[in-house]
Amino acid sequence: MWVRSTMAYRTSFFLTALGNFVATGLDFATIVMMFSHIHRLGGFSLPEVAFLYGACSTSFGIADLVMGSMDRLGRRVRDGTLDTLLLRPVPVIAQVAADRFALRRVGRLTQGVLVLGWALLRVDVHWTVVNVLMVPMMLLSGGVIFSAVYVAGGAFQFWAQDASEVQNSVTYGGNTMLQYPPGIFARDLVRGVTFVVPLAFVNWLPALHVLGEPDPLGLPGWLAFASPAVAVVCCALAATAWRVGLRTYRSTGS
Amino acid sequence: MGGFYVAVVTRGFRRYSTYRVATVAGVFTNCVFGLIISYSYLALWDQRPHLGGYSEGQALTYVWLGQALLTPMALMGGGCEDELMERIRSGDIAVDLYRPADLQGWWLAQDLGRMGFQLLGRGVLPVLCGALVFDVALPSTPVTWLLFAVSVGLGGLVSFALRFLVGLSAFWLLDGSGVSQATMLTGLFFSGMLLPLTVFPGALGELARALPWASMLQVPADVLLGRHHGTGAVLALCGQAGWAVALLGAGRLLQTAAARRVVVQGG
Repeated sequence: MWVRSTMAYRTSFFLTALGNFVATGLDFATIVMMFSHIHRLGGFSLPEVAFLYGACSTSFGIADLVMGSMDRLGRRVRDGTLDTLLLRPVPVIAQVAADRFALRRVGRLTQGVLVLGWALLRVDVHWTVVNVLMVPMMLLSGGVIFSAVYVAGGAFQFWAQDASEVQNSVTYGGNTMLQYPPGIFARDLVRGVTFVVPLAFVNWLPALHVLGEPDPLGLPGWLAFASPAVAVVCCALAATAWRVGLRTYRSTGS
Repeated sequence: MGGFYVAVVTRGFRRYSTYRVATVAGVFTNCVFGLIISYSYLALWDQRPHLGGYSEGQALTYVWLGQALLTPMALMGGGCEDELMERIRSGDIAVDLYRPADLQGWWLAQDLGRMGFQLLGRGVLPVLCGALVFDVALPSTPVTWLLFAVSVGLGGLVSFALRFLVGLSAFWLLDGSGVSQATMLTGLFFSGMLLPLTVFPGALGELARALPWASMLQVPADVLLGRHHGTGAVLALCGQAGWAVALLGAGRLLQTAAARRVVVQGG
């Protein structure tokens, strides 16, 4: 329905999708500009950074397309319109996800896929079967992990109402962080995105394996294959948080 | 009349200060982004010390100033322009034009209130956070801080003037979301939020430094970092003032033209 509503203004849709494409592309333009001054960043060449960038942008693009409306939940809790959703015979989560479903977000996804495609052509990798299979696994698990973060963030807003920006720091902030080689960050920060919010499984760990780069934390090698399992655990945790959050929901009084 | 606008400024300030949790959440996000960008800059400056004329400490200071000015300067939107567009679209603007207050003056006063609160609420803490974690290069001379304050004020005027123009565009376009998005893009890129404009290569750099968006982050940051001395600093401030006057003037002209377009529907 939201797709049809946006398609009513076809030109506006294409312009905003294009805008989305350009907006997310500016991140990459910044990285390219950095590389106009240097040859390697944190030991990575431009195609290698592009590989990291493309992988996390694609995963994030998938999650943003499916679950990106989650940050509207805080507003709905605040103004009480969440009640309408509770009355309908469809799971609330599906409704919130579909709330103002913005197809224009394909702009971000397209841009991620393009950069990833360019990186795959240019990056110097020995393409074994494992390495080839690693790429789609990474993208899908990454998309699921980011989606779980969105849902958990949504659940958090049942309590925090006004704090959707905290969620942005994990989603958009995590996305920005994963664009860069892990080696440039302080160890504690890398530990945080590995063990606390397991974003490192979105692209860092699998991509380091594909690129044959060492991992700054010196973790065991099999963790590169753990992304799907991490994704499943994240989903379970997010689902629990969502249920608890929904149960504690009390409508606004005024 | 002056007292009236002061009242609007204070109300604008108070309106934004109501959302305390949102402010704390915003500061948290600014700090997270500040950390991430700081490390990417450290890696960059490690390869190329003195890139763009900044020492490592200056580059880090630049990062945290960017986080501090992001919301006050509404570089990603979220100031008065959305509300103005909504009022134009819904027709409420007719009532505003009827009031004995000047449209531009009213919105400027409100935006200054917002900016004042966000400078205190979301500007100071990120810089403190940056200073705690990294070796930042903050000046010790009061004159530099004073010049910085003037520069931020002028940057705020330029920021408002541009966004007021964006808001008025709704008189002709009705749906302003495309223009908003375009402004956000140019704002982020050309203010120097993503990368200092002094690092931009060649002609692109020269163009970026000449555009009005440079007034919102690049110029205040350079003033605070002491890259403009004496007459240089005065010239930089004059550049900002020039943009502010030109853009506010354009807003005034456009406002007069727009007011003539308004058709009030009877009922």
